[in-house]
Amino acid sequence: MVVRILRLLRPADIGVFMAKAPATDKPKARRKAAPKSSVDATPEALLQFYRDMLLIRRFEEKAGQMYGMGLIGGFCHLYIGQEAVVVGARAATEESDAVITTYRDHGHMLACGMDPRGVMAELTGRIGGYSRGKGGSMHMFARDKNFYGGHGIVGASTSLGTGIALANRYLDNNEVTLTYFGDGAANQGQVYESFNMAALWKLPVLYIIENNQYAMGTSTARSTAQTKLHKRGDAFGIPGSECDGMDVLAVRDAVAKAVKHMRAGKGPYILEAMTYRYRGHSMSDPAKYRTRDEVTKVRKERDPIDHIRDQILESGAASEDALKAIDKEVKAIVTDAADFAQQSPEPDLSELYTDIVITADAAE
Amino acid sequence: MPIAITMPALSPTMEEGTLAKWLKAEGDPVAAGDVIAEIETDKATMEIEAVDEGTLGTILVAEGTEGVKVNTVIAQLLEEGEDAGSAQAAPSGGNGAEAPTSAPDTPEPAAAPVATPAVAKPVVTIAADPDIPAGTAMTEITVREALRDAMAEEMRRDESVFLMGEEVAQYQGAYKVSQGLLEEFGDKRVVDTPITEHGFAGVGVGAAYRGLRPIVEFMTFNFALQAIDHIINSAAKTLYMSGGAMPVPIVFRGPNGAAARVAAQHSQNFASWYASVPGLKVVAPYSAADAKGLLKAAIRDPNPVIFLENEILYGVSQEVPDLEDYVLPIGKARVVRPGTDVTIVAYSISVRDALQAGEQLAAEGIDAEVIDLRTLRPLDTATVVESVRKTNRIVAVEEGWPVCGICAEIAAVLMEQAFDDLDAPMVRVTGEDVPMPYAANLEALALPNPNKIVQAAKSVCYRD
Repeated sequence: MVVRILRLLRPADIGVFMAKAPATDKPKARRKAAPKSSVDATPEALLQFYRDMLLIRRFEEKAGQMYGMGLIGGFCHLYIGQEAVVVGARAATEESDAVITTYRDHGHMLACGMDPRGVMAELTGRIGGYSRGKGGSMHMFARDKNFYGGHGIVGASTSLGTGIALANRYLDNNEVTLTYFGDGAANQGQVYESFNMAALWKLPVLYIIENNQYAMGTSTARSTAQTKLHKRGDAFGIPGSECDGMDVLAVRDAVAKAVKHMRAGKGPYILEAMTYRYRGHSMSDPAKYRTRDEVTKVRKERDPIDHIRDQILESGAASEDALKAIDKEVKAIVTDAADFAQQSPEPDLSELYTDIVITADAAE
Repeated sequence: MPIAITMPALSPTMEEGTLAKWLKAEGDPVAAGDVIAEIETDKATMEIEAVDEGTLGTILVAEGTEGVKVNTVIAQLLEEGEDAGSAQAAPSGGNGAEAPTSAPDTPEPAAAPVATPAVAKPVVTIAADPDIPAGTAMTEITVREALRDAMAEEMRRDESVFLMGEEVAQYQGAYKVSQGLLEEFGDKRVVDTPITEHGFAGVGVGAAYRGLRPIVEFMTFNFALQAIDHIINSAAKTLYMSGGAMPVPIVFRGPNGAAARVAAQHSQNFASWYASVPGLKVVAPYSAADAKGLLKAAIRDPNPVIFLENEILYGVSQEVPDLEDYVLPIGKARVVRPGTDVTIVAYSISVRDALQAGEQLAAEGIDAEVIDLRTLRPLDTATVVESVRKTNRIVAVEEGWPVCGICAEIAAVLMEQAFDDLDAPMVRVTGEDVPMPYAANLEALALPNPNKIVQAAKSVCYRD
């Protein structure tokens, strides 16, 4: 308990609270409409995208709030602002396709259909969490949802995702692997070791670079010689393209194109989704490396949820009331997850020495 | 003076070879660079080129001769004006041939330059293994073949088992451990990787996440330093971090520790590094039978297993039981020489030295009990403690460094579990606390040997 109080008093965390931007569910009338592309989705699909992105947004806002209350500890990397990437990518793939990512992973888990209760309870370190409270924010897995983590080492997901793709090719199942990493990981050596093997063996792996423009506090311009990260596959003959990572339909279409390429047996593909995170790198990041105006501008002009909301209303896909009903449903899900995450007990002390190795029988 | 052509050493660990074929006949003119003969080692067939010009004189070792020791004079090269008679009468020193190049399809790995070995074969008997039923027929094979047979048997048994690594397929293994596997299982299941340890270790772990059972070969464990992040962070910790949801059934295997004359970067023993990590199992066998039975167990194990082999032992032939499915339990040490006066604990190649020391000690009236740890994590402390309760004295041996080593761990275990059973402080015989030197004399000085173990055993028996 003492530890938690101290954490609340850490200057960096106070910085987060002070920098906290207004909630996004304020009226959107002031927002300038972005140039519209034609809306190529059924009303049902649009509403599903809205719901899925809003669930991630609200979930993450709640996680940030619970972190501030000392209910969540350690590292906690929020996905707010980047929701369109995972929701768009999931829409263009099958449930049987694999997903693996780095440590900013809550959105990927929710997009894979993992239970918000289990995710939130893992954040609070409770037995009801996906990893029984032993993994935390960065380490959750759900084989039944084809979600392979949750990896805390920058760059690790690329080799691991390439290996999942190798296994899928071995198993001859035509499944593809979505391997996410950020602009920061793009400078790790193992990324290029993986590109080389994936291209050499024509593995069905889609490298999705979520370029949110900052590797912790270092912008791509300051860290990266070739800032067009989707060109990083050129040396290996891996095709790459860029998409608007703040537009769920743009992501969906770009991923669909890449998936077609992979399922045709043409090997890996690199997609760079241009996106933006509204919050700091982690909860203890005061974000002094960028201006508040920069963040505010993106929120006002490029917010992915506002964007699809406008598309829904302007295309007449659904009414304001229908959206409000979704807002209410999502809020209830998140509230329920937060309640569960606080009510679920901490792991029994005997759990300290479980799950270190597994017996052959238990592994079957 | 005729020039003596001698049997060349073609790898750091070669002691002898087969003179497979003479490509020149007596009396043939020879120019520098001509291939004059083919030598078969236990790993490959290599060509010998002449370095001087002249005429091939008397061939002293006929083709087809096996077991020709390195540096044996195999033929003479006559210079202008000499004849075979004078050559036979007065062979000179020097080497008329060398082996700078090898057959194109079987080059030696860059990691294993040509050098002269200085390795003696063990001349000791090993106690019968209680895991092998009495009366079981035995076949003598090399440790290398035992490892290959283990992989082949498990690959036949389970479609999800596959081998990946550098040179494992077309080259047949840098140390020929995977010989024949490509032919039997094809390139889907025997996968040549680029030289990219960090990347392919991660690829292996990812494949294990997805339900396959990869065997990842490191050409040597020295190169696994590039990959250790995936071994520890992505493999060892994942079961725990997932609350038991994500097992990682994978074997990382390859030669560990010093070979011979390959210097510091290629001579490190990593046993204690991996043995300190929860979530890993670490196996380091000595005998061919254990190599086979434990590798099969490692491949079937649902956890990440580090399987530490030894390059010098690859070519050692020992008996392996003719059992259809010989699988040994991981985590059990074995008393390989029962005794009553002093316990000598060792693993991997140090078991060879410990057994030789046991013979020498017996000649001096000291009855040593030698324990082969076989598995380093989980460590079979019960077997060690039980032995110490009997002998009250212990020497621990390993080729690794002394600081924070396996022997240091055994010392701590004994403090906790057998303090009152000791009649003398434990003594360690380890690799010296230095990077491995290249010079032959310094390298020998840096490693344990039977004499050092004998001295240590005598000191704990207060017999020195």
